[in-house]
Amino acid sequence: MREKFIEFRNVSFRYGEEQPWVLENVSFEIYKDEWVAIIGHNGSGKSTIAKLMNGLLYPQQGEIIINGIQVTAETVWDVRKQVGMVFQNPDNQFVGTTVQDDVAFGMENRGVPREEMVRRIEEVLKAVRMEDYLLTEPHRLSGGQKQRIAIASVLAIKPQVLILDEATAMLDPRGRKEIMQTVSEIQERNEISLITITHDLQEVVQAERVIVMNKGHVWDEATPREVFAKKDELREIGLDVPFVAILADELKRNNMRLSNEPLNHEELLEELWTLHSKM
Amino acid sequence: MNSMMIIGQYVPGNSLVHRLDPRMKITIIFLFVIVVFFANNLASYSILTAFAIITTFITRIPLRFILKGLTPIWFLIVFTFVLHLIVTKEGTVLVEILGFKIYSGALIQGLAISLRFFLLILITSLLTLTTTPIEITDAIEDMLHGLKKIKFPVHELALMMSISLRFIPTLLQETDKISKAQASRGVDFRTGPIKERIKAIVPLLVPLFVSAFKRAEELAMAMEARGYQGGEGRTKLRQLKIKSSDLIVLLFFLAIVVGLFLTRSY
Amino acid sequence: MDITFKDVNYIYQANSPFAHKALEKLSFHIPSGTFVAVVGHTGSGKSTLIQHLNGLLTPTSGEVQIGDYYITSEKKPENLKELRSKVGVVFQYPEHQLFDETVEKDISFGPRNFGVAEDEINARIKEIIPAVGLDEKLLERSPFDLSGGQMRRVAIAGVLAIKPEILVLDEPTAGLDPRGQREIMDMFYALHKEQNLTTFLVTHSMEDAVRYADHVIIMNKGTKYMEGTPEEVFTQKEALNQVQLDVPEIIQFLNAFESRFGISLAFKRQSVRDLATQIKEAFEGVKSDE
Ligand SMILES: Nc1ncnc2c1ncn2[C@@H]1O[C@H](COP(=O)(O)OP(=O)(O)OP(=O)(O)O)[C@@H](O)[C@H]1O
Ligand SMILES: Nc1ncnc2c1ncn2[C@@H]1O[C@H](COP(=O)(O)OP(=O)(O)OP(=O)(O)O)[C@@H](O)[C@H]1O
Ligand SMILES: [Mg+2]
Ligand SMILES: [Mg+2]
Repeated sequence: MREKFIEFRNVSFRYGEEQPWVLENVSFEIYKDEWVAIIGHNGSGKSTIAKLMNGLLYPQQGEIIINGIQVTAETVWDVRKQVGMVFQNPDNQFVGTTVQDDVAFGMENRGVPREEMVRRIEEVLKAVRMEDYLLTEPHRLSGGQKQRIAIASVLAIKPQVLILDEATAMLDPRGRKEIMQTVSEIQERNEISLITITHDLQEVVQAERVIVMNKGHVWDEATPREVFAKKDELREIGLDVPFVAILADELKRNNMRLSNEPLNHEELLEELWTLHSKM
Repeated sequence: MNSMMIIGQYVPGNSLVHRLDPRMKITIIFLFVIVVFFANNLASYSILTAFAIITTFITRIPLRFILKGLTPIWFLIVFTFVLHLIVTKEGTVLVEILGFKIYSGALIQGLAISLRFFLLILITSLLTLTTTPIEITDAIEDMLHGLKKIKFPVHELALMMSISLRFIPTLLQETDKISKAQASRGVDFRTGPIKERIKAIVPLLVPLFVSAFKRAEELAMAMEARGYQGGEGRTKLRQLKIKSSDLIVLLFFLAIVVGLFLTRSY
Repeated sequence: MDITFKDVNYIYQANSPFAHKALEKLSFHIPSGTFVAVVGHTGSGKSTLIQHLNGLLTPTSGEVQIGDYYITSEKKPENLKELRSKVGVVFQYPEHQLFDETVEKDISFGPRNFGVAEDEINARIKEIIPAVGLDEKLLERSPFDLSGGQMRRVAIAGVLAIKPEILVLDEPTAGLDPRGQREIMDMFYALHKEQNLTTFLVTHSMEDAVRYADHVIIMNKGTKYMEGTPEEVFTQKEALNQVQLDVPEIIQFLNAFESRFGISLAFKRQSVRDLATQIKEAFEGVKSDE
């Protein structure tokens, strides 16, 4: 059995007494070293979940446990040492006036000695391939570059889990791909958990597990393959399915029997190959 | 809008002036501002002007660019000059234009005051042109360090300043974007009666405030997520160190000051 | 209205150390009624290009012609406002431009500025509200009380209320969930057809470019890298990869399919359903040949 890292137990949350519940009775677990994608329509509560995970918000009901510690006002600073978070807007999370200042910010807050900071800055900028931009100011960076710096800043405090809340939404496809590649490399190398909140299906299929949110409830929790098998239901809750899954569906409609639910081109071609040789 | 933006905008470079310790730059400029008022003859003015011009050349920032950045100030300088011409009545009458007598003393004084004014602006803008805002903030934080003892929130102030500095370009971009969006919806910011033009600002200001608040909220959240809980127990990446080149420059400047006091007339 | 660019150059902050050439020798001609997709990597000049379409930017050199309006470095047309009433621009994250007390007032802001009569404005609002997928009940609400998706729709309605002949869209669906994206793009497309608009869509989505555009312009570092129909442009995988672009997924699949089976299926902007049929027929065809 894998080790639990994050646990939501019957969590309910609303932004105010008079406001409607944004999350209702949400429970799930995320394991060590696992990559989980959270998807759902606009307003389904994804960002709220992310903020609950590192104590930017506290639930009115239920409890949240991170690495064995319940998130409360007392434990929040310990929790934040383990949970790194990258938000959607590259501009609104760049605190420093230059790249190195921004990467240093989190370490300065935690009292990391200067020599150690300099060393880690170099290390994490290498990891996101931005080592040539040490002294660059944010308004001279592209959105994708700023997001890399945001990721580097978070890595510098050596978190156990990395949460990306639509961190690639404002980037072009190439920028997205590069960031996701960087992040998955880092995840494998450092053995941390990765939680990506996204509308991008290419990102979702790479995850090990998917949590599907709908109107503040956990609608499904399964592997991408299992989730994308429910095409019509997904469309009903405002989501989409990858091209490959749609094509596979259409092929089945044409009486071409695919035995598995393919998720990428290779798998689909493999299925077709088997079929072809049997025809 | 561009020329306005350029005043004081940092121009990256690696010149001696760029590399000077910001505290040293601020000190020298502070002294320069005082010393300018002691110049009172051709020799002393020449020394200061030479200093300013040489410093400008050392920065390797194109002169054209610096002068263009000073455009809004030119008006003031010319205005000061003309004012002196009209008001001062010393020395001999040089010419008479439209019933105004222009005196020689007025010309000299007008030139001197305008030059003084120009030198002040030039030197202070060299500070912001060659020093990143964050260096200036660091320098101020360091120079105000003593005030921490009387519970003056030096760290918070410096952080606030550096964040505002960090967001100036972002907000300018935002302003540009919103005014373009509203211009596309038929708003005319440039022509029409004053009343209409003031009204046209509302569709610009409201979104700007909304977005500034949103940014502030998100930024505060991002800072908190990255463990910020005030100045207590923080370490710092940026450290200022006086180098020997800083001292040499200071000595050089002091020599100029001495030269000035030797050449000025008493 | 036809749109013609002739050797358009644009330099940001010209004559300063920050001078930056954002458009270089850009020329193209777009006949009235075309749906154009502008594609290119980040910073390639797409947003700069579209800001020339209603005179927000004037070329540093060269000439832009929109219908009968000419914009050159020397002169903007005197009737710039008239031009702007014919070119509706939906900027990136258009919800950032909302400002008025109520949704209704915000939507009427544009047409009112252009001197449209009140009852005409009301008629337009009645028509647009359902088209963008909003509820009439929202008209009296403050635009700031709405969800992100609703705010986006209100902002779009505010541009459509101008009844432009040219519609310019700068990544209009960024940040929306898949259903929202599809709904809004379909809405624009329907409008484009119904009102015979000329539409410029800046997008990062090759899928949208394939689905909606008649004509594609690929930008690279401020220059026009390629242009043509989606079929012509998107089949050139190597050339696109060179400027950091990927071909649409369906073409990636067709290529992979060909190298696996040696069967070449042409890209004709077919739907996934048609593609499935083609694959089936191809397989059966091969078999019956043997
Ligand atoms: N600060 C807030 N105050 C009040 N309500 C809020 C606040 N933030 C979010 N909400 C509401 O909570 C609900 C869930 O919002 P959340 O941001 O978690 O959604 P999301 O799934 O992240 O959506 P998106 O895909 O648009 O990012 C929405 O209905 C939203 O309007
Ligand atoms: N106001 C400005 N001042 C100076 N340079 C600018 C300005 N706006 C854009 N640029 C620069 O001009 C180039 C083209 O920018 P533009 O916004 O047109 O690109 P884009 O293709 O729309 O990119 P994206 O996909 O990121 O939106 C970029 O290098 C950008 O940095
Ligand atoms: Mg969200
Ligand atoms: Mg753009």
